[in-house]
Amino acid sequence: MTIFRRPSLKFGAKRKREIPEGLWKKCPQCSEMIHHLALEENLNVCPKCEHHFSLSAKERISTIVDEGSFIEMDSEMSSVDPLEFQGVAAYKERLETYQKKTGLIEAVRTGNAMIGGYPVGLAVMDFQFLAASLGSVVGEKITRIIEESTAARQPIIIISASGGARMYEGALSLMQMAKTSGALARHSEARLPFISILTHPTMGGVTASFAVLGDVILAEPKSMIGFAGPRVIREIAHQDLPEGFQTAEFLLEHGLIDEIVPRAQMRNILITILSLLVEK
Amino acid sequence: MTPLPLDFEQPLLELEKCLDDLISRTPEDTHRISVMQEKLELMRVDLYKNLTPWQRVQIARHPSRPYALDYLERCFTDFVELHGDRCFGDDKAMPAGIARIGKYRCVIIMQQKGRNVKENVLRNFGSPHPEGYRKALRLMRLAEKFSLPVITFIDTPGAYPGIGAEERHIAESIAVNLREMMLLKVPIISVILGEGGSGGALGIGVSDKSLMLENAYYSVISPEGCAAILWKHRKHAPEAAAALKLTAQDLTDLKLIDGIVPEPLGGAHHNASMAATAVRHAIIEALEELEKKSLPDLLEERYAKFRKMGIFSE
Ligand SMILES: [Zn+2]
Repeated sequence: MTIFRRPSLKFGAKRKREIPEGLWKKCPQCSEMIHHLALEENLNVCPKCEHHFSLSAKERISTIVDEGSFIEMDSEMSSVDPLEFQGVAAYKERLETYQKKTGLIEAVRTGNAMIGGYPVGLAVMDFQFLAASLGSVVGEKITRIIEESTAARQPIIIISASGGARMYEGALSLMQMAKTSGALARHSEARLPFISILTHPTMGGVTASFAVLGDVILAEPKSMIGFAGPRVIREIAHQDLPEGFQTAEFLLEHGLIDEIVPRAQMRNILITILSLLVEK
Repeated sequence: MTPLPLDFEQPLLELEKCLDDLISRTPEDTHRISVMQEKLELMRVDLYKNLTPWQRVQIARHPSRPYALDYLERCFTDFVELHGDRCFGDDKAMPAGIARIGKYRCVIIMQQKGRNVKENVLRNFGSPHPEGYRKALRLMRLAEKFSLPVITFIDTPGAYPGIGAEERHIAESIAVNLREMMLLKVPIISVILGEGGSGGALGIGVSDKSLMLENAYYSVISPEGCAAILWKHRKHAPEAAAALKLTAQDLTDLKLIDGIVPEPLGGAHHNASMAATAVRHAIIEALEELEKKSLPDLLEERYAKFRKMGIFSE
């Protein structure tokens, strides 16, 4: 709650010591200043307190697949403005802004890859792009890689991060939940493994569809995972939320997820799980 | 009992009052009375045929609107309520059971709001907890076992955003239904009676025939929620309602639903029996159509219907 506002210092305010942008990053958890090369080296995890910084889809793919094995699909698929959304912000402008800002076309990358020699279908959401909200493109790309994996009789791995629905696409966004879950139904019916990895944050319609349908559900430490936003829940409950509410640790305790896996161990655990669930 | 008027119905009410005055003051002036009656009817038709999306949302939420159990009573016979998810509890926001409609035996799963404070405490304002979705799935499995079609009545502002709901994984309870309904080996018909609130509605909404009442809405987020995020204030809900394209006609144009069930002029609450007759007719018609399909066709068409949803460029 922000009741007190810091008084603005008009005169004599000392300039903060400038840190060359992009070279050093301050850890939001332990305040350690970390050089970006050290951070990259450590998979964007704080070397001091293990805080997991966010990863772009591209970076994340490189941390888990066999080097050079990822073959991207549907990389040009882009969003249109199906509702011609009339609001304070136009959807088309938002899309263009995010495309420029992130260099991404949409909020998920999908494709085929090898992990420890196992061929898999892979979908990785990128939170930088419009909070990786679930629009037609995200739903379609994920559905296609699931269907492709069913046809190829290979496991599917989805790494989720999302703020939830893409409001600008209205009910079309909602239906992506049914579409992706339906594709997973067929993949599951074919007795193929689905490993779902939840990262910070995974909320709303993504949580209420494909993200929690994994045969195995893993999460990165301290990721926030839930259906409704904590602000809404607090307003309705008229009480403070339990300690650690909607964190990966809370959900492990409450039986939703199978294991919390630090980023550095993710690839090895995936390989072990694949070796146990896939007949070679 | 005349239902509570909505704000946009005020001009209509005023004219009705003028007419009443005229009739009581000068009952002999039949000419003026009939002119005014005609004007009133024109106004009524004009108003209700050109409702804005926000006005429809208001009708969909009207406190006198018939709720699921009102339709159950008028459309079905032999209803036996089956309680509980066999895990944790019984969600009164989602009553369900076995029943008969016309010659068809079926499983019926409903979302039920309360009409007063006491009922709303019981029904949680029609916002289900995970137990509701799990009970629904239990009954869908029962339907599959006995080859009964499933009918769902959707009327919820959304799945409940509460501490307990999160602790017991409301998202998982919805997601599992989305997956399992896609492969359920019996026909599924869903009817959105009033509010089709996001995942809470879709959680019992994956169906072979998705029907919507004329003034119902179906949306990924409430107009107020959307307004709060994109317009920074809930008071912009009317603009958000228009932008979200959430009316039955919008959803038909986007090919996201399969049919619109007509309502009496002014909304279902003006004539609940008439509304129920239309719902009953639509369900029986859908059952007749779906029972002719082979199981592989039924499942393939269900999958294909949802598979096509989405608009993008490549
Ligand atoms: Zn740190």
